[in-house]
Amino acid sequence: MNTTQTPCRELQVLSCRPGTEPTLVDLVLSPPGWTCRAGQFVMIRPLDWGSELVWPRPFSVCDVSDAGLRIFFQVVGRGTRKLAGLQPGQKVAVWGPLGRWFRIDENRPNLILAGGVGIAPFVMLARREKTDNLSMLFGHRLDLCHYPYAEIADRIESEAMRQTTAADIAAFETVLSGRIKTLSGIGQVLACGPEPMLKVVRRYCLMHGTEGQISLENRMACGVGACLGCVGRTVTGEYVQSCVHGPVFDVRDIDLGE
Amino acid sequence: MDQTVQLGPLTLKNPVITASGTFGYGLEFMRYGDLTALGAICLKGISLAPREGNPTPRIAETPCGMLNAIGLQNVGVKKFLAEKLPYIPPGTTLIANLYAQTPEDFGELAAIFAAQERVAALEVNISCPNVREGGVQFGQDPAMAARVTSAVKKRAGSKPVMVKLSPNVTDVTVIARAAVDAGADMLSLINTLSGMSVDIRTRRSRLANIVGGLSGPAVKPVALRMVHQVTRAVQVPVIGMGGITSAEDVLEFILVGAHAVQVGTFNFMRPDNAFRLVEEVRTLAESLGISSWDEYRGTLRA
Repeated sequence: MNTTQTPCRELQVLSCRPGTEPTLVDLVLSPPGWTCRAGQFVMIRPLDWGSELVWPRPFSVCDVSDAGLRIFFQVVGRGTRKLAGLQPGQKVAVWGPLGRWFRIDENRPNLILAGGVGIAPFVMLARREKTDNLSMLFGHRLDLCHYPYAEIADRIESEAMRQTTAADIAAFETVLSGRIKTLSGIGQVLACGPEPMLKVVRRYCLMHGTEGQISLENRMACGVGACLGCVGRTVTGEYVQSCVHGPVFDVRDIDLGE
Repeated sequence: MDQTVQLGPLTLKNPVITASGTFGYGLEFMRYGDLTALGAICLKGISLAPREGNPTPRIAETPCGMLNAIGLQNVGVKKFLAEKLPYIPPGTTLIANLYAQTPEDFGELAAIFAAQERVAALEVNISCPNVREGGVQFGQDPAMAARVTSAVKKRAGSKPVMVKLSPNVTDVTVIARAAVDAGADMLSLINTLSGMSVDIRTRRSRLANIVGGLSGPAVKPVALRMVHQVTRAVQVPVIGMGGITSAEDVLEFILVGAHAVQVGTFNFMRPDNAFRLVEEVRTLAESLGISSWDEYRGTLRA
């Protein structure tokens, strides 16, 4: 790797596949020449975006290897809709890896709590970690086949629960609470998913005294610590940037406004 | 072509300056390029005491631009001097951006930075639209703009003083003249345009602060017009900014009379943009056969 190169690269789109479910996209870019830890993220902005959308978009790294940089994302607005239309050969500016990652404790049980597209960073984790102390509980709204669930379930003990009704969500919460309680004092949870789910995870972690790490997904302009737009609030009332102090935080440190 | 720009006593290597609030303390961008290659860095606004800033959400993307209402979150001058300044590479031209709520506090801050060898000039922020006291209040009233400018100038020692103007005024040349008459060595403009973005479904503003400051390519025509007006109204150097995203944009501001430019939102679009821009400006100026900035500046034809 050329060490004088900056972390900002121009990578080529190798594939961009909206599956049968058009809101979930599997994007693979040419290998960036670096590796990263699960939970770190990259900023992406196609070279041909012009001025209409000024911000790059932040994404958790789903996986990175000689095969390329893989991003698994959900279409949620104008930017992600445009990104879903990327064609092989197009060039995108990518900078990273950025931020803090999930810390695995190999000597104790680590339970992944993933919600929807929040499953992304755990693909890399499951592929790389040798520990038997890793398992996953996955909550999802769309059919399981649309998520890279099987890739993880092939390697670590996994369970999936689908939520399409309020009763499903309540049932998922009950299971979450039980799993978090079981780990109290003997293990930790690693959570990534929609904010309502993170709030539930945080509530039960605090209630049961279980250690945990959560990945925040805040609106972000620069990704490098300059704009001060992506701040979260700590329990002591300070604003911290999720790009450089996160996006993965200790569950006890962050106030999610519950 | 010699890229050097002379701003009174201050010499810049080239006309590309990074705008305050978009480039942190420079440190955040060290991985992406050589800070010493930039014309200068305007540091994130610094106040006497630390400020926690506004509630979230603080930023919103808008067509060809963005709104921000950060509220001047910063570590305070003491922590800046102890924990940030020593780590900025030597040879980087630094312009401190000062924010205070009273002319007296502006003076205090100026005195602190006047004693800092590493600081080349002071930029006085009388134009932030996102704070309740100080900020744009000073920038909308010529008498207050003059009071703040002279309070800073009195304590600034040998440091050149640049006053940053707001576009949210009826006649920007009135404030420009007031600042220059009070001793400003140069002016920078425009700060952000006051704006809003709302969500019709949640019926909420996209910013917790309700209103914010608009920046990015959307504001460039407004900025260009105001820089053109101000360069004709005052004799001091003017640093133009507002929506610059290319070498062509830089030359447009110089053509209407700016000595140098600041780039802001462009730094968010890609972290190495300012560094690349320095080279692109050089290439473009040479391809147009420009021999010096003095020769090209303000030559807009009637």
